[in-house]
Order: sequence, then C-alpha cells, then structure tokens
Amino acid sequence: MSDIPGDLYYTRTHEWVRPEEDGTFTVGITHHAQELLGDLVFVELPEVGAEMGAGDDCAVVESVKAASDVYCPVAGEVVAVNEALADEPEIINRDAFGDGWIFRLRPEDRGSVEDLLGPEAYAELIAEEEH
Amino acid sequence: MSLKQTPLHDAHVAAGAKMVDFGGWHMPIHYGSQIEEHHAVRRDAGMFDVSHMTVVDLRGPRVAEFLRYLLANNVDRLQESGKALYTCMLNEQGGVIDDLIVYHMHGNWYRMVVNSATREKDLAWIREHAAPFGVEVEEGGELAMLAVQGPNARARVHEVLQLDEGVRDMAPFFAREVGDMFIARTGYTGEDGYELIVPADEVADLWRKLLDAGVRPCGLGARDTLRLEAGMNLYGADMDESVTPLESGLAWTVAWEPETRDFIGRAALEKQKAAGVTRKLVGLVLEERGVLRNHLKVFVDGLEAGEITSGSFSPSLGRAIAFARVGSEAGEHCTVEVRGKQLPARIVRPPFVRNGKPCV
Repeated sequence: MSDIPGDLYYTRTHEWVRPEEDGTFTVGITHHAQELLGDLVFVELPEVGAEMGAGDDCAVVESVKAASDVYCPVAGEVVAVNEALADEPEIINRDAFGDGWIFRLRPEDRGSVEDLLGPEAYAELIAEEEH
Repeated sequence: MSLKQTPLHDAHVAAGAKMVDFGGWHMPIHYGSQIEEHHAVRRDAGMFDVSHMTVVDLRGPRVAEFLRYLLANNVDRLQESGKALYTCMLNEQGGVIDDLIVYHMHGNWYRMVVNSATREKDLAWIREHAAPFGVEVEEGGELAMLAVQGPNARARVHEVLQLDEGVRDMAPFFAREVGDMFIARTGYTGEDGYELIVPADEVADLWRKLLDAGVRPCGLGARDTLRLEAGMNLYGADMDESVTPLESGLAWTVAWEPETRDFIGRAALEKQKAAGVTRKLVGLVLEERGVLRNHLKVFVDGLEAGEITSGSFSPSLGRAIAFARVGSEAGEHCTVEVRGKQLPARIVRPPFVRNGKPCV
C-alpha cells in the first residue's frame, strides 16, 4: 500500500488524479504503471488548451520496451503540462506521484472525480492483475 | 505448456530479475533498469544468461566439405583451430533459415551456435543435408552459456578463472577449450568480452563468482539495445526465410569466391544480384524526440519506401535508432510515420556504437 497514496483517485488504466485547491486536477501515471513499463525514455505531452473527454488518449509514455497511451481520467481542458518530462522522462520512474505529474486539467465537473477508484479499490485491481 | 528454465533460473530470481516468456523460455528481461544494464556493458562489464541458445557439434571426415555446401560464408576461412565465423544458413531460394557462428574446434570437429527460436527447423535442415556427407550431428547436452561483455569483461573473467596466457591473449573471434569449458572471444554487444559454454551444473558457481567480481547481471532487454547499437541483426526481426542476406545488410557474409564452391542458395543469390537487389537494410537515427518501433512505415520523398525491422531507443546516443528495410534507391533522409505524424530520420550505415563510442 505504500506505493498507493491514500489522498489520490485512480483509474483502471493506471492514471492518478489529485484535486488541487485551485479547482484543477493534476494527472499522472501510477508507480505500478511505471514499474510495468520500465525505464521511460519519451513522453508525448498534450497541448495546453486541448479539450479532453473522459477516456480520451491524451498523452503517450514510452519506455525502451513499449509505448503506452495515457487516458484522460475525466473530461476537461488541459491547463498545464509538465515540460520537465521532455528532457527527463525518467522523473516518472523516480517520482510517479510527485515530480512525475504529466498534466493539469480544469475539469468540466469537479464531482466527476468521485466516479474514479479510491486507493483501496485500486490496490485490489493491482492485486487481481498480478494473479 | 510450462516454460523452460536455464540452470541459472533461481540465480536470476534471487538477483531481482523480471522474468518473461522468451520463445518458450523463462528468461530475465531486466533486473531493475534495462538502461543501467546497457550502460554497464558499454562502460564496465555485464553478463547475460544465453543458455537458451543451441550448441550443435558436427564431426566426420567430410565435415568441412559439408559446411562449405551448407553455409553461405566459407569455412575454408577457418584454417586455424578455434577460429570463428559468422554466417547465414540459406534455403534454396536464398532465404535466411538462421544466422549463426561456426567455430572450427580442431581437425574434423566444428561447433555451431544457433538461435533458440529456430532450433527444431535448424536441426532438421542440418541433419537432412549432413546425411549424404556422413557427418555426425550432435546437439549440445547439459550445457549452459554465459556472455560476459564490456571493456572490463575479460579482466573480470581472468580474475575468476585460471586461464593460461595463450587463452587470455587470444584474438577476437577465436575460441579455446579449457577443461570442460569452451571460451570464445565473441559476443552480441559491440564490446570486447567472452562467451562461455560450461557444464550446466557448474554455471551457478561461475555466475556467483563473476557477480562477486563486480560483473552486473544484464537482461535480454539490454542485450537487444546493445546489439542494435552495434549494428547486429536479430533473426526473425531483421531477416527470415522471406529475404536474402543481400537485402538484410549481410552481403559481407556471403563468400562468392571461389566461384566453384556451390552452397545452398547460391544460384538464387546470383540471380538476384544479376537482376539488381531492390531492397536494402539501413540504419535510421530519429532527428526528433520519440522512439522508433518495429513495423513502423518509412517514407522517402513522401512515398512509402519500407518499414522498420528493429527499432528502439539507444541509451548510448540518447535518441531513437532502428534498422529498416527500404528500397535500394533511398538516400540520406527519410521520414517515419509515428502515430500519424511524419518524423524526419537520417539514413546511416550501422553500427551506431562500437567499443563504447558513437559512430553515426
């Protein structure tokens, strides 16, 4: 459980969401996701201003091994992206839930986050996948 | 069907390996960081368990005559005992059945190391053609194979194994037998090093000693990026039975001289050469950020010109590289279609990296 912070929301496709005080949501991929991918070498960021629907592919994370789409957890507008990932995608490997955030979203509906998984449900999902 | 395990399976798990199904074998893909393992081989020393590969011993009074016929490269180049040769084994159409290294052990004994994925068809093909020559074909028994690679690899092996000077100073692409061990100065990384074949029940001990000497365990992930940087083909990705060596960057391995030597596939290759080879295998370096992947389409002057056969991120160059099979007319520039976008790439002649240094 130490790899699954209790104050975040999660998706079945291994993104995390942190509701910020200014009303935006910060989005990244989970520690478990980066572990599955291995060393990341490239991140394709969304464009600031882009309107995303829930489940839209909005970014790509690539490791030496494979490319993986990042899906937008809830509908909203991209208001910021983590430019540091362009030069150092491995930040996600080091700190998936912190410095490795990918983008920030202004959600259409702040309540939509409640449709996502909580930390316990996400932990169960990972446990199931590992069987 | 359960996965096959090498004698080092438990050692891999103990070292924290992420194990994957690799052509029916349970093998380590990495031990935490594929990129760090890659750098260890470029800068220091790393070791790979390659026990899944197949050793085939060939013996008989007519064995050299047989191999001159079986292989596209010419074993007459192996006059000295222990000398190694890289070659393709072709079908009648000139298609590549497998690529392999053949060692002249001594006298009428040759040893080949072939790919694991092609083991059954290789053995069937070799046996079929060996029979008329009366050559005995014997698959290696309870053996394990370890590749120790990197600028400091040989020094580390010398610390661990008592080898006399003649073995320690052996030239690249030579091999020796030392007791029940086979030691070859060959590899698949573009670095100096050894490939060691030892009895299965001795390999765990050797692995631990090398580990204690500071040799880093490396998975098949790093093995793939290292060989790609080194400009070495991977069977099944860069060539197979549907293409010839002339279309696969391997024309240098075909021994045309002497003209009187008939080998399987020769007639087909000569015909292809006379008609003009229409495709070639080239290296690509992506100009922008991104990663090149197998089967991405390659365009020259806006027209589809071929596809990537092996693509990855090069840890040594910090950018994406690939092999691609394209039309022979392709020049110095192309684009690769990545998720609907055309990304510019430079066409180069592999290798990309050799002995730790970039060369593109």
